[in-house]
Amino acid sequence: MRVLACMMGNEESEANVLPPPELFEAMGRFNEELVKDGVLLAADGLTPTSAGAKVKWTGSGPTVIDGPFTEAKEVVAGFWIVEVSSLAEAEERFKRCPCGEGAEIQLRPIQEAEDFADAMSEETRRRAEELQARIR
Amino acid sequence: MTGAPVDDVRASIDAVWRIESARVVAALARLHGDLGLAEETAQEALVAALEQWPRDGIPRNPAAWLMTTGRRRAIDRIRREVNLREKVAVLASDLDDHDDPYDEADSRLDDQIGDDMLRLIFTACHPALSTEARIALTLKTVAGLSTAEIARAFLSTESTIAQRIVRAKRTLSARRVGFAAPTAEELPERLPPVLSVIYLIFNEGYAASSGDDWFRPELCRDALRLGRMLCNLLPNESDVFALTALMEFQASRLAARTTRDGQPILLLDQNRALWDRLSITRGLRSLQRVRELGGTRTSYALQAAIAAQHARAATAEDTDWVAIAALYETLAETAPSPIVELNRAVALGMAYGPQAGLDLVDQLRDFPELERYHLLPSVRGDLLARLGRDAEAADEFRRAAELAGNDQERALSLSRARALES
Repeated sequence: MRVLACMMGNEESEANVLPPPELFEAMGRFNEELVKDGVLLAADGLTPTSAGAKVKWTGSGPTVIDGPFTEAKEVVAGFWIVEVSSLAEAEERFKRCPCGEGAEIQLRPIQEAEDFADAMSEETRRRAEELQARIR
Repeated sequence: MTGAPVDDVRASIDAVWRIESARVVAALARLHGDLGLAEETAQEALVAALEQWPRDGIPRNPAAWLMTTGRRRAIDRIRREVNLREKVAVLASDLDDHDDPYDEADSRLDDQIGDDMLRLIFTACHPALSTEARIALTLKTVAGLSTAEIARAFLSTESTIAQRIVRAKRTLSARRVGFAAPTAEELPERLPPVLSVIYLIFNEGYAASSGDDWFRPELCRDALRLGRMLCNLLPNESDVFALTALMEFQASRLAARTTRDGQPILLLDQNRALWDRLSITRGLRSLQRVRELGGTRTSYALQAAIAAQHARAATAEDTDWVAIAALYETLAETAPSPIVELNRAVALGMAYGPQAGLDLVDQLRDFPELERYHLLPSVRGDLLARLGRDAEAADEFRRAAELAGNDQERALSLSRARALES
């Protein structure tokens, strides 16, 4: 199964304060282990919300809101995608992430195609798939 | 204690084992020079963990705990064998010298881990073992699967798999196969069997040879994990990247390969929206590495390049069949086989029209390997139908139905025959 691990933000990540070199190095070692074991598929950090925007839907349609937005701890500051044998394996691996007090990593299994199977009618499913095929 | 926390600890121990077992077995095997002893004592350490961790909690460094416990068990065993007293003295004093054996074992683990994993993979895939034994031993020691999981994946019984593993370890001991990574000179000879074991595991998952399920994705993912590990261990071996690219491309189609009731969907009919873009991106990146290393003409590299052509095409109509036909031609020179020729005929038929494909297929009818291969008449039927030779095409589809390996393929061929006759 694939799991998206989201490192939640804090005041520092939102202020674009970079972590000290030791932490960078420790995080590098942590990622290296994931690569060695063949489980890391992708990983990246995100810029603060001040450099981003959100598109929000209201009664009159979509509106663009420039960053910064939302409480620092409610935004994602970085992510990993790992392929593991179980959620328990993802938990074990991310317990080893070099984090200080207050840090939070959310582990979210990625939906597999079959998870959607019963949620849509055949017709809806087919149309959604056609649409997806065009945008990819 | 209630049931739930115990189950939680159990799940954690399973997870720790999946993560750590290969490192522990590899490090123990290096210390003792014997994969069998290493594997058994690592198992004993796991049993000890299952007894102690639910009671005492999971240790702060589980790998080092398992490692030290495994070493102690190994020393106990050796101690019982009189002729190895000297070895015991060395190992025991080594262990007793340090106040915190867990930390010590752990730091030593870090230095050696790359070499150890490489040795482990090459020992488990040793040419002295049968193919089945190599597969079982690799899944057990390198991928960390339990005997029960391997048995389930290969639709075998647990005792058969257990026996296979015991016999494999005995063979390695009897043949005095040392626990050593191949040297640079040995690598070209030793790498192909390792890659073929990984690919066999993948293929068993991708097109199961028996059973109700047409494929078992978990086994594909285990093989991919092994491939990615090997890329990290041998970053300059182009064929490792070629095989991994090939597996990434094939795995990217897993979700699109069957209907909801389990019937196979052919490549060109698959819904490409369901193809996994992350796998495709990783496959393309691996293939880029193959090019950098100059290994584009091997069988794995060519197969991966063909798969990449399909992966790049947004729709089936966008497929660059001329490029694919050219790649099959090189593949036919590099690794000639009747199956490659048959695939080349399909590509020629798509690139240059059905007659071009049929000309090649007609040359293949004398190959004894293809005599009872249902895809030969099926491909021929397809090309004949496209040429408007409906009656001949229907005959071919009926022949394909006779030879088909499973009910679904039989039904498909028969319905195509009927459609041409109506």
